[in-house]
Amino acid sequence: MTETQVPRVDAAAGVTDPVLDVDHVTLRFGGVTSINDLTLAQQRGEILAVIGPNGAGKTSLFNCITGVYRPQAGSITLHPEGGKPRSLLRAKPSKVNRLGIARTFQNIRLFNALSAYENVKIGVESRDRAGPVSAMLGLPNYRREERASDARTRELLDFVGLRDKANELAASLSYGSLRRLEIARALGTSPQLLLLDEPAAGTNPSEKNELTALIRKVSVEMGVSVLLIEHDMRLVMSLATRIVVLNFGSAIAAGTPAEVQADEAVIAAYLGSA
Amino acid sequence: MCFTQNFWSLLISGLANGFVYALIALGYTLVYGVLQLINFAHSEVFMSGGFAGLFLMDHLVGKGHVPSGLTSVGLVLAGTIVAALAGGLVAYILERVAYRPLRRRHAPQLAYLISAIGMSFFLFSLAGKEFGRDSASVPQTFTNGTVFHVFGAGVQTYYLLVAGAAIIMLVGLDRLIGATRLGQGIRAVAQDADTASLMGVNIDRIIALTFIVGGLLGGAAGFLFGIGNGVVYTMGFTPGIKAFTAAVLGGIGNVRGAVLGGLLLGVCENVPIGCVDTSWRDVIAFGILVLVLLVRPTGILGERLGRSA
Amino acid sequence: MSADALGAVGGRARLPGGLTRAYAIATGTDAKRLYSSLVLGLVLALMTGPAGSVTAPTSGIHHALLAPRVFGFLAFGLVVWLLLTFSGRVGPRLRGVRQRVAAPARAVTAHRTVRWSWYAVLLAALILVPRLLTGAYQQLLVDQIGIYVLLALGLNIVIGFAGLLDLGYIAFFAVGAYTTAYFTGSLPAKPPFEVTPFLCFPLGVLFAMLAGVILGAPTLRLRGDYLAIVTLGFGEIIYDVANNLKQTGGPQGVAKTVPHFVFGDYHWKLANLPYWYLLLGILVAVVIGVSRLENSRTGRAWTAIREDEVAAEASGIPALRYKVMAFAFGASTSGFAGVLFASKNGFFDPGVFTEQISILILVLVIFGGMGSIWGTIVGAAVLQFLPGYFRISGSSVFQPQDIYIYVGFLLIIMMIFRPQGLIPSRRRAREIGMAEAGIGSADALAAPGSAP
Repeated sequence: MTETQVPRVDAAAGVTDPVLDVDHVTLRFGGVTSINDLTLAQQRGEILAVIGPNGAGKTSLFNCITGVYRPQAGSITLHPEGGKPRSLLRAKPSKVNRLGIARTFQNIRLFNALSAYENVKIGVESRDRAGPVSAMLGLPNYRREERASDARTRELLDFVGLRDKANELAASLSYGSLRRLEIARALGTSPQLLLLDEPAAGTNPSEKNELTALIRKVSVEMGVSVLLIEHDMRLVMSLATRIVVLNFGSAIAAGTPAEVQADEAVIAAYLGSA
Repeated sequence: MCFTQNFWSLLISGLANGFVYALIALGYTLVYGVLQLINFAHSEVFMSGGFAGLFLMDHLVGKGHVPSGLTSVGLVLAGTIVAALAGGLVAYILERVAYRPLRRRHAPQLAYLISAIGMSFFLFSLAGKEFGRDSASVPQTFTNGTVFHVFGAGVQTYYLLVAGAAIIMLVGLDRLIGATRLGQGIRAVAQDADTASLMGVNIDRIIALTFIVGGLLGGAAGFLFGIGNGVVYTMGFTPGIKAFTAAVLGGIGNVRGAVLGGLLLGVCENVPIGCVDTSWRDVIAFGILVLVLLVRPTGILGERLGRSA
Repeated sequence: MSADALGAVGGRARLPGGLTRAYAIATGTDAKRLYSSLVLGLVLALMTGPAGSVTAPTSGIHHALLAPRVFGFLAFGLVVWLLLTFSGRVGPRLRGVRQRVAAPARAVTAHRTVRWSWYAVLLAALILVPRLLTGAYQQLLVDQIGIYVLLALGLNIVIGFAGLLDLGYIAFFAVGAYTTAYFTGSLPAKPPFEVTPFLCFPLGVLFAMLAGVILGAPTLRLRGDYLAIVTLGFGEIIYDVANNLKQTGGPQGVAKTVPHFVFGDYHWKLANLPYWYLLLGILVAVVIGVSRLENSRTGRAWTAIREDEVAAEASGIPALRYKVMAFAFGASTSGFAGVLFASKNGFFDPGVFTEQISILILVLVIFGGMGSIWGTIVGAAVLQFLPGYFRISGSSVFQPQDIYIYVGFLLIIMMIFRPQGLIPSRRRAREIGMAEAGIGSADALAAPGSAP
């Protein structure tokens, strides 16, 4: 199948209150086009799943949004709640995070030599204002912030169910716990939009169920919009409000789980019909 | 204008220095190519070549009369070869002591840099202890005269010797990397060490040989440099940083880039001497280093071993 | 290695059985380790042996290795080999014993009051003991130990906390010292206004920090090992500039003596004790400040960047800003020490600011343990005390001009056998262990922004 034959759909249609706008984005590495003129939007509060075969450009999309890669064309805009829209194109990863987008990684990137507690706290306190000098002098504003972020860290560890593992080294946790810890660290930065890159990869069925419940809780209880890449179709179908299917860097289908499941282009892409 | 004054003679002596820098820079670039590490102890390889050549010449050349003709050629050749061998040996020891044990343990990158710095300090201070701390001059092996003139500036025998020897070695290296099995191995490891190892390349052997090849060139450069500037235990430090600058200038990991960078640096640091005191030459060179890293850290020809070789 | 041995044995299949076995033993792991240990003994013999000269280049080696003393060193190598070989068998049992002893000890020291009373005893000793020392030792304590402990603590922030390699650290010390000399009117170049040496502290710190930021901000964007070489170049530039400018007094050093501190009516002059108490006060403040910093948001952010810069950035930590911050902290500590040094010594020339000193300070940090505050202090104090002790006591065991042989030797040995240092920081030791097991990295030296 060549690029021109890929059916294109408008994955931004019907989005009235977007939290994220990806507009005609193209990303190339040398001669290889990883993302090809992709347009999609996410409704505030929804769980949007991005699926597609390996190499369809899903993780590249995450890396474009979070400032790791800079696309050659197009624009990516975050619409903070009640704030002015912000372009993410020239922002560094830390800046994107500050604007309100947190992420997890496909291959889990925690700080292994630190405890679970410290991992979450690093996320939480990245928003604090007191500088190193206040810390050295032990000034009141630093102590106040420290108390607040300690409380928030404990809250988040409770939220993901890792309270009893707080003092264990990240490297010693089980796979499912690592996934949840990474989500807790991301939530620590108080995001409006959470990007999850294959959160269920490598987990066993019971861990998978726990993660599904956790992601739903993040969306419902915290009101955080979730953008999800996942290969596990059961998880996607049970969680996603809407699904966008990528192939060869373009959106080939978009809609509710039921609509996407019935889509001929999707079936073709997955079954590999030429 | 001070720039035009002595321009040509400064250019010529700058080029001669540049050839020495190029030879040393190749050692940095080769090791960087296969290990992605700066070999901080490479300057001591250079120093050991200088001493080996000095001792041989002290032994062979009688006092009071300057050899000429074929004897001169033979002496310089012998000195260069012995210096190269000494450089290769020291480079090999360096790899075995400061790099290989760390590689076995998958040590963090910082550890390699530190052990290489340690090796550098150990070697040059030990040389200072064993061979004395005063600069020694290499006995004259040939009469240094002006061979011909370029725009009124004399080109001396010494400059021609350095350039000629360097060019022979550079061409040899180019052939080695481009056309031999060893060169193929070096390029393979430079591109992707893991894959190369899966394809049956003995990584440890290739790395050791890379150090040795770089050491041969660096040792020879030490002797060539020593003929003109004398030999002292700290002689490696300044040319070492300058050669590293040259390697970065041309694009570290890039063999032809190292040569280009060496010549360019030799000229760039020398020509302004027409305007300021000689003692500022090092400041100019290090200034260039800082500038290059800030403006174009990938160098003129870009990083990558093997692509252009 | 065993495969090597097998292959070699296979190739000599026709040799008599005894010989093959001998060959296998002679190329086995234990044997190789024995050779290395014996070579280590010979190297030590060479290091500590008599000096040679350029006219008789082998005389030093000859007298060091072909003399009865060599047997002592070979015996030492043998002991090292025995330790290495049998520590594997004895080690675990020893560790068990150590843990059993350490657990109650830790429980006691973890108690706040106990810990604080230890600190109080230590502080009292540091206040009282120097009064009993002779002048030479007092001077050693201030000039060689105190100032270098302060320098090491500053470098520990850069290399231990942030994982950055700064090889031109002494340049900032020079900036502090020359700032002091300039603003007290002691350089050939005269300042617009003169100040008392005490006021030079903020000025020296400011200029050193500025130099750090100007140098660090652009360089820290690059691969970490480039920082090492740029700082090396910068250190050389500062040295050359100080050496070549007329305004700094060139190689002759400052034009007239930098004034000593004056406190009220009390002139400190060359007395050592007042400087020691000033230093002690500063050190206590720095230790408290730095240990708070380590356990603060900033310290954790440095750890995060060291371990995984991509993940740190994704968690909202602006890595570049934190690296520059660490670099600036280190630079300003060095500048501060430079002010103190200039005013204490009164006279200095560029020879104090050579590259070698930067590496010496690096050794002080690595020996004690990168990232460990107590390790840095103890390591720096011990390593700085020993050469001074040999000098003052007039012992011939150690020649002061040989110090960099030992410095280099220590660096290599530490990196091979104990990269975490003598008293390692718990975090650092864990990281190095994990990095060696293939999880994460333990420094900030990889190319920043490498894709996840």
